[in-house]
Amino acid sequence: MLLTLIDGQEPAPNVLALAHSLDLPVEAVLHVTSDGADADDADDVAGHLTDELAKQGVATLHLIRHELLAGYAPEAFGEALAQLVAHLRPAAVLAAGTDRGTEIMAHAAARARLPLATNCVAVTGGDPWLLTRARGGGMLLEEAELTAPVKLATVAQGAAAPADAQAVDNCAVREFVPELLPELARTRVVERTAGRGGITLATAPVIVSGGRGVGSAEGYAVLEELAALLGGAVGCSRVATNNGWRPHSDQVGLTGTKVAPDLYIACGISGATQHWVGCTDSKAILAVNTDPEAPMVARATYAVIGDVHEVLPAVVAEIRARSS
Amino acid sequence: MEILVCVKRVPAPGAKVPLSADSREIDTRHLGFTIGPHEECAVEEAVRLVAGHGGQVTVLAVGPPEAEEQLRYALAMGADRGVLVETGPAELDPEATAAAIAQAVHTVTDGAPPFDLVLFGDSSADAGHYQVGIRVAAELGLPIVGGIKGIEVGDGLRLRREVPDGAELYELPLPAAAAVREGLNLPRYPNLPGRLRARKASLRTIAFEPPVGGLRKLRLRQPADDRAETVLLGQGAAAAPAVVDVLEELGVV
Repeated sequence: MLLTLIDGQEPAPNVLALAHSLDLPVEAVLHVTSDGADADDADDVAGHLTDELAKQGVATLHLIRHELLAGYAPEAFGEALAQLVAHLRPAAVLAAGTDRGTEIMAHAAARARLPLATNCVAVTGGDPWLLTRARGGGMLLEEAELTAPVKLATVAQGAAAPADAQAVDNCAVREFVPELLPELARTRVVERTAGRGGITLATAPVIVSGGRGVGSAEGYAVLEELAALLGGAVGCSRVATNNGWRPHSDQVGLTGTKVAPDLYIACGISGATQHWVGCTDSKAILAVNTDPEAPMVARATYAVIGDVHEVLPAVVAEIRARSS
Repeated sequence: MEILVCVKRVPAPGAKVPLSADSREIDTRHLGFTIGPHEECAVEEAVRLVAGHGGQVTVLAVGPPEAEEQLRYALAMGADRGVLVETGPAELDPEATAAAIAQAVHTVTDGAPPFDLVLFGDSSADAGHYQVGIRVAAELGLPIVGGIKGIEVGDGLRLRREVPDGAELYELPLPAAAAVREGLNLPRYPNLPGRLRARKASLRTIAFEPPVGGLRKLRLRQPADDRAETVLLGQGAAAAPAVVDVLEELGVV
C-alpha cells in the first residue's frame, strides 16, 4: 500500500498520478485537529475529500487527529505522520513538493530515520526504487536509487499528467490518534497575514522582467509602464536585486519565484541557469537583449536584438497607437 | 549569543551546467565555487545579530578540503570561527550530511557554550534536498522553521516566512534553528580588513566517515530542451510593430 499526503482541501493531481503509476493500492492521509469548532470544519473537509478521493481511485482516507494539529505546526505534523507510518508500514509515502509538503515529509523522515527523495519527476517501483529528481529547480536531473523499508518522496510541481484512475465506490475514513508531546507545538504559526492581493508574479498573465541591461532602478519605469498596459507584473533577475534596483519579492529564479505566465518578457537578462529555471515554464518568452549570443535569446520563443530603453518605449508607443 | 551557520561549497554555473564524461558529477574544471545564495544571507544575518546582541558566529562546512575557500569567505563577511568537516570529494546523501553536522556540533560545543541559534540555507544550491536543516534540528532536539525571510531575536525567536497567500509568523523558544531564504537581507561584500583577517584565521578541521545513506545518486543529465528555434522579430525600436503583432497573437494586449 502506498500513502499520499494531502495538504489542504484537494488531493494534488501530480501526486496521485505518480502514486497510481506504481501498481500499489493508493490510500490518503490528512492531518486534522480534534480541537473544538475547527474539528467540525475538518470533518466537512474530510467529507468533501472522500467523494473526490473515491473518484480518483483512493479507497481509504486516514485522518490523523490530535488537538496539537490545529492550524499548522511543522514538527507535530511530521511526528504524527512518522507515527502513522510506523503503525501502517506502507510501502511508500508520497507528497507534493510544495514548501509545506516537503517540510512535513522532511520532519517525518528525520524522526522515522528514513531517507527522503525530494522533487521527483519519475519513479520506477521495486526495490530499490529508481527515480529521477530535479536538482537546482530543474537545472539538472539526477537519477538515483532509493533503498528504504518505507520509501518517502515528494513529487516535483507539474511532474506528471493527471492519470485516468479507476474510480472506487467509496472512500472509507479511518482515524489515527498519534501520541504527541505538548512541546512539539513549540513550532506553530502564531499569526497569519494575508498577501497584498492584486496582480502577483504567481498569477500575472504577463511578466515584464528586467536584468542588468535595464541599468538602474529608474530604468524600470518603462517596464512598469508596459506591464500596466498588458495587465501584468514586473519581475527582475538576481543582478537587479543584488544591485538594490528592485525588492527581492520581484525576483524570478531559483532563489526567487518560479513563474509560469502566458508571456515572459525578459529585458536585458542574459539567462543564467539560476534565472532560466524560474521562467522556463512560461508559455512564451520574448527576449530583448543587445547581445544576440545571450543564452536567453537562444532559448526564447521570440527575440528582439536591441537596447531595452529603445525597444520598450517604441513597443509602448505602438500599443497606444493601435488602441487609439 | 552563539550562532552556528552551515554553508556548502557549490559550483557557480553560468548559462550551462557541464557534466563530467561519466555523467556522475558536474564538470567543475572551468567553474568557480561559491556559497549558496540562501546561505550567504544566513551568514549576513548571523553577523548582524551578533553585532546587535553580542556573541560569536561560527561557520561550518561539510565537504572536501577546498571548502576552506567558502569558510574564509564567510569569515571575511564577519564570522568569527570556521569549522570544516572533511568528508572527501564525493557528494553525500542528506542523511549523511546531517549526521556529519550533528556530530560536529557535539564536538565543537564540548566544553564550550552551546549554540543559541543554528542557521541553514533553505536548500543547497546544487542538490536541493530541502531536508538537511530539519534532520540536524531533529538530531539536536531544536525547533526549526524553514523558508524564513525575517528574524527577530528577543526573549525567543520571531520568524517570518512567505506562503502562497500571505505570510506566517512563528515564535520559537531559544535555542532554535531556522532555514533561511534569499531576500532575508542583502549580504555585504567582504571589505579588505575582513579579507585579510579571514586569510590569517585558523580553521578547525574535523574528520568524519560518512555513513551510507538510503538515497544514492547514479548519474546526472541535462533536462531535454525541446523548445523551437527563436523567432527574431527585428532590431531596436524598428521591431515594435512586429512585437505588438505577437502580443496580439498571444492575446495579451
